[in-house]
Amino acid sequence: MNSTDPVGAAAGDAAQAAWAHVEVSRHPDRPYSLDLVQRCLDDFIELHGDRQGGDDAAVVIGLARLGGQPLAVVANQKGRTLEERGKRNFGMAHPEGYRKAQRLFTLAGRLKLPVVSFIDTPGAYPGVAAEERGQAWAIAQTLEAQLALPTPYLAVVIGEGGSGGALATLLADSVLVLEHAFLSVASPEAAAAILFRDAGRKQQAAAALRLEAANLLEWGIADEIVPEPPGGAHTDWDETARLLRPRLEARLLELTSRGFDPARRRERYRRLDGLFSA
Amino acid sequence: MAISPAYARPRTVDSGFTCGACQRTFPMAQAAGSLYVCPACEHHSRISAHERVRQLADKGTFQEWDPDLAGSDRLGFVDTRAYVDRLAEARQRQQLPDAILTGAASICGHPVGLASFDFGFLGGSLSTAVGERLARAIERSAVELRPFVCVTSSGGARMQEGVFSLMQMAKSVAALHQLAEAHVPFISILADPTMGGSIASFAALGDVILAEPKAMIGFTGARVITQATYEQLPAGFQTSEFHHARGLIDQVVDRRQLREVLGRLLAVLGASTAEDAGRPA
Repeated sequence: MNSTDPVGAAAGDAAQAAWAHVEVSRHPDRPYSLDLVQRCLDDFIELHGDRQGGDDAAVVIGLARLGGQPLAVVANQKGRTLEERGKRNFGMAHPEGYRKAQRLFTLAGRLKLPVVSFIDTPGAYPGVAAEERGQAWAIAQTLEAQLALPTPYLAVVIGEGGSGGALATLLADSVLVLEHAFLSVASPEAAAAILFRDAGRKQQAAAALRLEAANLLEWGIADEIVPEPPGGAHTDWDETARLLRPRLEARLLELTSRGFDPARRRERYRRLDGLFSA
Repeated sequence: MAISPAYARPRTVDSGFTCGACQRTFPMAQAAGSLYVCPACEHHSRISAHERVRQLADKGTFQEWDPDLAGSDRLGFVDTRAYVDRLAEARQRQQLPDAILTGAASICGHPVGLASFDFGFLGGSLSTAVGERLARAIERSAVELRPFVCVTSSGGARMQEGVFSLMQMAKSVAALHQLAEAHVPFISILADPTMGGSIASFAALGDVILAEPKAMIGFTGARVITQATYEQLPAGFQTSEFHHARGLIDQVVDRRQLREVLGRLLAVLGASTAEDAGRPA
């Protein structure tokens, strides 16, 4: 890029800013779902398995309370140590992970529990075994399960929101996004590979996709940006949780106190792009 | 969400048609007569949305819905070219406002709502306009109690529409909820290719799922899987037959039998819909 070209320089700045955002969301010391579940929710009890023969550790489900309100919880989970990263598969679920989420939605519906989901995944796992066991079908059915869920549903994107794998636990009544988290149609690397046939142009792709949290709020895909400690959530987990917990509590109260109707959630996602009048 | 490179598009040379797989050339009339299935190797060439409707709908019955529904460049997206230029060129070439054609039709005398993806239009990818036209066709089918038939040929998300493209997965599934509430059947037909966000949303949710032979179907494309995991791909990976063997697709149907198979399905399913219509709710 020619530095004397003002248009090119501006594009370069945008690419750098977008990429910095992605790097903070992926910071190795960033709090992962269980770090925030333990700090924001009370009495978390983990449950296991999809009840169909699998228990994908990339997705965590369980029960908890928040301000006295019992909840069902679903979360993408990344690992921090080498061993845990392998076990959690870097937060990338196989079909069993999505079926585990479906089981949680079913349970929540039966027991009339609101659902809170924590999103932090590069995307669904791109592997042979995942495809053989119906990765696309599992995600599609999870989308369907979310839109049929008869109880209030709150989602918070805490780090990476990668593609269809993130969407599988995002279609909530209220969507919160941490300041340095993002949601994208594809990872910047994958988008660059498709658009430029060069995964190395990930910065440029990140800027073009406009994947930062602020845009999600502007477009109505997110309802609220939750601030992080200065520098990012990785600098202070307790402070991150201290900022997040009251927002979860307030949003949950708002959802549970008004006359709740899951048809409104379907209408939200039906009309989301706001481009076409009915 | 990449486009499968396995199947070249058919090349038309003067009045001849060359099969993208075996490279043999046939007179155009012969190729059209076999519905662009190669008479020699049975390779199913990709066909346009208009051609698909000609093949499936009873003659003269297709009435297009939302013919003017077009989207825009919400992100001001530029990759190697400006998205607005890509869109303008595709509209001109494919004679469609975006990558899908929808409308009312009859198939073997049975009324249906019919949607057909156009792979030639930016890889049949999911734009806001495609998602909207698809959702409206689903909803109108629910209201008019028409079984909904969708033929998908799509690489998945349209990168140039970013997160708006991703959200079309949610939009299409939200619309399908209405079809289910009206107890109207959805027949999903997977043509080459059906990948990424398309198969991971509406296309996988058919009450009955059919696929054309050797269509490439899957969440992540083979090239991306190999790059990400260095895994060896099994023979026939992600073909229709591969998914059929794993219980994910009901039947693999040759294009030359597709209309007849649909007719038989609709004779059973359509009858149940008509009966419901006469029954008090």
